[in-house]
Amino acid sequence: MELLSYAAFFLTTALVFALITLGLNLQWGLTGLFNVGVAGFVAVGAYVSAILTTPDDAARIGGFALPLPLGWLAAMLAAGLVAAIVGVATLRLKSDYLAITTFGVAVVVQLVALNAQGLTGGPFGIGFIPRPFATLAETPLIFNLANLAVVALVTLLVYLALEHLAKSPWGRVLKALREDERAAISLGKSARFYRVQAFALGGAVMGLAGAVQAHFIGFIAPENYLPTLTFQVWTMLIVGGSGSNRGAVLGSILVWAIWVGSGTFVAAFVPTDQQARAAALQIVAIGVMLCLILLLRPSGLLRARVPREG
Amino acid sequence: MNPQFLIDGLLTGSMIGLGAIGVTLTYSILRFSNFAHGDLMAWGTYATLLIVGAITALFGKVAPFSPLSFGWPLMLALALAMVVTGGLALLLDRILFSRLRAKGQMIIVVMASFGASMALRNMLEFLFTSRPAYFSRAIQIAMPVGFGLRITPDQIALLILTAVLVTLVHLIMTRSRIGREMRAVSQNPALARVAGIDVARVVRFTWLIGGALACVAGVMIGVLVQIRPLMGFDMLLPIFAAAILGGIGSVPGAVLGGLIIGLSEAAAVQIVGAEWRAAVAFLILMAVLFIRPIGLFGVKER
Repeated sequence: MELLSYAAFFLTTALVFALITLGLNLQWGLTGLFNVGVAGFVAVGAYVSAILTTPDDAARIGGFALPLPLGWLAAMLAAGLVAAIVGVATLRLKSDYLAITTFGVAVVVQLVALNAQGLTGGPFGIGFIPRPFATLAETPLIFNLANLAVVALVTLLVYLALEHLAKSPWGRVLKALREDERAAISLGKSARFYRVQAFALGGAVMGLAGAVQAHFIGFIAPENYLPTLTFQVWTMLIVGGSGSNRGAVLGSILVWAIWVGSGTFVAAFVPTDQQARAAALQIVAIGVMLCLILLLRPSGLLRARVPREG
Repeated sequence: MNPQFLIDGLLTGSMIGLGAIGVTLTYSILRFSNFAHGDLMAWGTYATLLIVGAITALFGKVAPFSPLSFGWPLMLALALAMVVTGGLALLLDRILFSRLRAKGQMIIVVMASFGASMALRNMLEFLFTSRPAYFSRAIQIAMPVGFGLRITPDQIALLILTAVLVTLVHLIMTRSRIGREMRAVSQNPALARVAGIDVARVVRFTWLIGGALACVAGVMIGVLVQIRPLMGFDMLLPIFAAAILGGIGSVPGAVLGGLIIGLSEAAAVQIVGAEWRAAVAFLILMAVLFIRPIGLFGVKER
């Protein structure tokens, strides 16, 4: 029972990562846009939904107590809007500028989360975020399963929508732009316009993931959205094989399993005073793994059968 | 507004500018933005710290040059660590970047640099923990220099060092053979190769200069502020912003961009408070991208 309950919890967290990775796959895998500020977009979604749905708190703005679906919708809109602005600013320039700007977005979002206390609660974060099945919380198994069902449903919907989009005329234009920009432009497709759309949509998916996670944990704080998050999501996408939505989901679950597994190992076998150092070594290992995959198997570990379209 | 922000800005600007020279050279010659550059700064600083420790172990405590807080051990260590950091940059290029560059997709190289940055930084955290370290705990008295400004001897020494290094790099870029070759490769690699330029040598030299200057910038932060594994990564946004503001590929541009951002940050600290400091670089970056994406001294890409 304990184990099943934990498995549900593990899978819920992994699927939230899968959602973020799906958003990144739309930006990178399908469109070739490099986002180094994933954590920033996730944070925007989480904070917007949290601020809109929480009850009144004297220390900060809020008390809107809106229903949960509205919070999620607003999270998608806000993160999508930020992504669209970044896209308009940088997508006419070289791809590196997008990378640098998204990196900056993540830094600034982190600053706002830490310092704009009246809006975000500052370093203490936001608590008492409504959880969809709070009444079931007394029996952890049912609570975790219910959460898993919701997150799995959202992930499935996003997955199906993205699969559909990738096959639609819109998705085919994106692929054409990625493979041969000049040919696509000669067919009368505005490269920048399509890219801004894809980038904004990917950002919206990340925002939704942030909101979903906030409502399933019930508490958010700035340190949830450090560059390590961006880095984890990138590793998940690269391991799964960029370009494939299925790979994005599988890569997320696999990398999260490795992450949690090594974390449990560290907690069990490393003395308490050395655990921070062991955790650092964990990130070193994942970083080396990312570089090795880029060097040796750039199409991803799980991507054996898919030939490159084109 | 307290005019002291001029001195603070000048110092921060020097650190940013020295970092930005490396970034702008890597970008213009190797054509990718290196997200691991900040972590080279941190590695250089920790290397310096270790060498200073080794010298102290060998020769005992050495009295600092009064009125500075450091003596010859730090200067020797800095010189050695510059070579070490350059070597580290070369090694990274050899085992990672050059292989990915050969595959032709530059944005993959950027991603690898992001992964390398994570690994390098957390390696430091593993080796030295996140507790801050210091070169010296002595407190320096800032001397008044007129107009209500105050400056410490360390700060003067480091500003002079920056000026010397920047002039040196500028002279190398404009007067020496390797500098001309670097500019040729940045403008047109294929043509440079046809003209008989050894591109591999140019690439090696670029990493050496970038790594060495990153080390100096890191040690400046170490002497004036403190040494932490995150010290370089935290400078990455201002460094990129400075390189873009100055115009990619321009050494004077990178330095000027660094000074502008350093001064704006110092001014912002007085006006809106220190906690918003990091947002200044981002605002400047966005403004440059909207108004003049090629920067102050940039040339249009062919």
